[in-house]
Amino acid sequence: MGSRASTLLREEEIEEIKKETGFSHSQITRLYSRFTSLDKGENGTLSREDFQRIPELAINPLGDRIINAFFPEGEDQVNFRGFMRTLAHFRPIEDNEKNKDPIASEPLNSRSNKLLFAFRLYDLDRDDKISRDELLQVLRMMVGVNISDEQLGSIADRTIQEADQNGDNSISFNEFIKVGNFLIFCIFGNMNYYLT
Amino acid sequence: LPPLLSSPLLSSPLLSSPLPLLSSPPSPLLSSSPLLSSPLLSSPLLSSPLLSPFVSSPLLSSLLSSPLSYPLSFLFHFSQRFTTVVPESCMLILLGLVLGGIVLLTSKKQLYQLEPGLFFLFLLPTIVGDAGYFMPARLFFDNLGAILLSDVSLCSDQKVQAGLMEFLLFGALISAVDPVAVLAVFEEVHVNETLFIIVFGESLLNDAVTVVLYKVYMSFVEVGPENVQTADYFKGVASFLIVSIGGTMVGLIFAALLAFITRFTKKVRIIEPLLVFLMVYLAYLTAELFSLSAILSMTFCGIGCNKYVEANISQKSRTTVKYTMKTLASIAETIIFIFLGISAVDKSKWAWDTGLISCTLIFIFVFRALGVVMQTWVLNWFRLVPLDKIDQVVMSYGGLRGAVAFALVVLLDAERVPAKDYFVATTIIVVFFTVMFQGLTIKPLVNWLKVPRATNRKPTINEEIHERAFDHCLTAVEDIAGLNGYHHWRDKWEQFDKNYLSKLLLRKSVYRKSELWEVYQKINIRDAISVIDQGGNVLTSARLSLPSMASRASFPEVTNVTNYLRENGSGVCLDLQVIDNVPGAKVEEESETHHFLAGNLYKPRRRQTLHDSGDHERQDREIFQRNMKSRMETFKTTRHKRHSHKKDRSQKKRRGSDVKEQDLNDKPRRNVSWQDKDPVVVPVESEDEKGEHLEPEKEEDVGITFVARKVPDTPKERPKSVPAGLEVCQSPSVAPPSPTCSERNLPWKGGIGTLPVCVSMEATKIIPIDLQQAWNQSISSLESLASPPGPVEPLHPRVSALSRLGGQRPVSYSGSGVSGSGFGSRGAGSIVAQGIARFEFPPGGEEKDEEEGALSDQEQELQPLMSSSVRPPGPPPPPPLAQGLGRRRNPCVYLRSLVTAPPPGSEPLARSRGPTQL
Repeated sequence: MGSRASTLLREEEIEEIKKETGFSHSQITRLYSRFTSLDKGENGTLSREDFQRIPELAINPLGDRIINAFFPEGEDQVNFRGFMRTLAHFRPIEDNEKNKDPIASEPLNSRSNKLLFAFRLYDLDRDDKISRDELLQVLRMMVGVNISDEQLGSIADRTIQEADQNGDNSISFNEFIKVGNFLIFCIFGNMNYYLT
Repeated sequence: LPPLLSSPLLSSPLLSSPLPLLSSPPSPLLSSSPLLSSPLLSSPLLSSPLLSPFVSSPLLSSLLSSPLSYPLSFLFHFSQRFTTVVPESCMLILLGLVLGGIVLLTSKKQLYQLEPGLFFLFLLPTIVGDAGYFMPARLFFDNLGAILLSDVSLCSDQKVQAGLMEFLLFGALISAVDPVAVLAVFEEVHVNETLFIIVFGESLLNDAVTVVLYKVYMSFVEVGPENVQTADYFKGVASFLIVSIGGTMVGLIFAALLAFITRFTKKVRIIEPLLVFLMVYLAYLTAELFSLSAILSMTFCGIGCNKYVEANISQKSRTTVKYTMKTLASIAETIIFIFLGISAVDKSKWAWDTGLISCTLIFIFVFRALGVVMQTWVLNWFRLVPLDKIDQVVMSYGGLRGAVAFALVVLLDAERVPAKDYFVATTIIVVFFTVMFQGLTIKPLVNWLKVPRATNRKPTINEEIHERAFDHCLTAVEDIAGLNGYHHWRDKWEQFDKNYLSKLLLRKSVYRKSELWEVYQKINIRDAISVIDQGGNVLTSARLSLPSMASRASFPEVTNVTNYLRENGSGVCLDLQVIDNVPGAKVEEESETHHFLAGNLYKPRRRQTLHDSGDHERQDREIFQRNMKSRMETFKTTRHKRHSHKKDRSQKKRRGSDVKEQDLNDKPRRNVSWQDKDPVVVPVESEDEKGEHLEPEKEEDVGITFVARKVPDTPKERPKSVPAGLEVCQSPSVAPPSPTCSERNLPWKGGIGTLPVCVSMEATKIIPIDLQQAWNQSISSLESLASPPGPVEPLHPRVSALSRLGGQRPVSYSGSGVSGSGFGSRGAGSIVAQGIARFEFPPGGEEKDEEEGALSDQEQELQPLMSSSVRPPGPPPPPPLAQGLGRRRNPCVYLRSLVTAPPPGSEPLARSRGPTQL
């Protein structure tokens, strides 16, 4: 399948993806073969079901959220470009010395983009706020069954209270940045490691 | 044996010393060692002058100076102004200078010198042993690569500074970054852990490199540069490998030995600390004896045995070991630095050469920086969190030279190395410069560069939650991208450790009960907290306004133990509370939430540690079911929007059971004939209805106990009529609690072929078999969620019970903790009555893993039963499953087990409930 992967992926495509996401050539081909192996329908796109077929994701509490993050709003197919674009969030932050392209928007792996990605995991309704309910949902996913809703609710309250600065009882993106900023280093950085 | 006897260690007066350690153990080693005759030993290095001067004064002087100097350093510790600016080591050196000056003035002769023998035999081991024993092993191994690399490169680059062999020699010894100095300075600066470990670990391993290089050059010098052949260089490299690897091995062997011995010290607790010291020290001496890297040996001995020994020995011994080691280490440190100061005063020992000194300083600095930059550049290709420029600066700046270099240079043979005096002088200056100047400035530098410091504060709740979420996120992405996790090897090792090492080295009781113990400990901590809590309540009503108070207030009372403690303890604590708990309420509130979270958040898959596989099973099962449920809901809601093949697809999932039933000739017990009668018509027409049928089910579904009883009867007849099948189809089809989910896989695979609308017709060709199976699993579990089939069912009572009572499991859990603590008699009866809801908070959860493990572990839950010996015959365990879970190599098997296996904890629980309530 590896050979097929490389033949199907055209050079110019690779170039574009490279430019957009910053992945190296070998990384792209490597991920492309993964992409095709996930793509059971062989139509060049991945559906949610394709993702859900990954066994490990079934036991990941946030699995479905992350799967959703791969899909642009309102769509249920993602092509390789989109796939790579999402994965690019997980590349390490780099000094933007080399790619000084003033026109280009911020690279996908910039800090704020990473944070935005994380933020979106919580913010389901895309109102740029994490409400108590949204937080509660995520918490519910992440804790065991032996915690009562009440307890969880108080944790959610506390969390929001801690981060909330303008008193609207929800976490805005700016507030989220303040909280998550230092985490970003330890969290989103290791794609390079695996892909080299 | 004559050659052996001539070896200085044997002939040294040490052997006749009263230390039992030295007299007995080394000799058998000595006599049996082939290594002794090896060229390694014949090299003049440590053997010759190492111990000879030992007889003279140093032991005495150290005894004399330690009581004197230790309080002094203690003083420095407490004069805050000073120590915020000046590292302790600088102060000690200064003090040494003064002391030395005084002594020199009075007696005209330097009485006290830092003698290499003293240094290597007593001072260095204590410090290194301390560091090794308490080194966070995980961090160390995480950074091992970095350490190794930096080590070798940094050491070797120094030798370029001069062509002469002697300068090479000098370069070798001066380039060693000294663990002692680094420790002293870095610990005070509180740089972040990574940095500290890298620099410190590097300096530890440096010993190996330095000593070997030193040896090699030493022998070169002896032979004379002109006689050195290329082969000798290779020999040098080889001996380096031997020395470092050998040292490590010796350390590990002793670690295993020590762990093994402590397994059997239950009756004689008192010797436990002694054993620890002796064995660690013995590791050092043994390595030294074979001219292997003693520091390495000791470090690895400490690291290696720490985990097992800590688990084996008693709490008191643990404390003793800890404090004794720390005390010894800091005494040794103090002595070393004072000696450095003292010996610097004695002019007769050294000769000044400005050129050499300044050159050396510059070179040291430049090469250190160069080396750091180069190797971090290489390292950053591989590292998870790249070392940035600031780290590099601190790393290169943190290259403090210290007593090791000094001791080595003093060891030089003045006849062979005529320039010894110059070297000594230069070394002293370098040591002074690095320790004083760099040590002084590193703190402001670190401040100025805003190097992330070690954080003592707890992360906020936000951080904790988000971090965990991110971890999950990352794991998911890894899975999606199909990458091997970073922790792959560590997982392997842990597996090995769990399967073999722990069994061999840990006490049975510990091995079985460590989680229990942990829990008990945490209960205690919690009790302490709640004692404070009560005091806090009296004083600060402000906390009542905090939202999480709600949760706490909602729990009526805690346990007996806690109450007991409260009543007895509160009076004592109140006084303290008045002083410091006023702002503490919030903090403490938070800590509670932290414990809570720590105990209950799911852990990312790869982070699992030793004992928690049972726990993970449970966690995985929960998540899995939850996920499947939510997926199912998504299907439900989205299916109307999707176009046809989608529908069919989701349809297929719903009908998965039917399809399974449909098929396959190799499953004779299935209703094969039905296959033809249940044609494609079904999906098309019935879809919507079915969704509706689903709907109500899902809503009330929370309790999960509901449909279970429908199950067993219907499977055969239902398929005959389509509508009937629709009515019941969710539950009965899968539900027949035939445990053979595995069998269903195959039918399902075939079933795909029989459904014409199915999209993934061709997909089946490519999908690797296990993926396919996994998918089947998820589908069948989808079904099973809609209607819990037999196998999964046992979980549910627990779930619902928990949601109802909010504390069913904790009952037994706290009971076990209590009984483990000896409060069993009291705990067992009253705990149930109390309702215990509060113990849903895992008490004091620093160790996330153990704790959850304790919660769910079957043994734990059986514990109260076992103590009262009412233990019922356990349910027949599903051994193959357990295996699959443990290995978790095959995701499919694993997932299957999630679906089919009765949660290990649930059954015993159900049983344990009975007796307890009685």
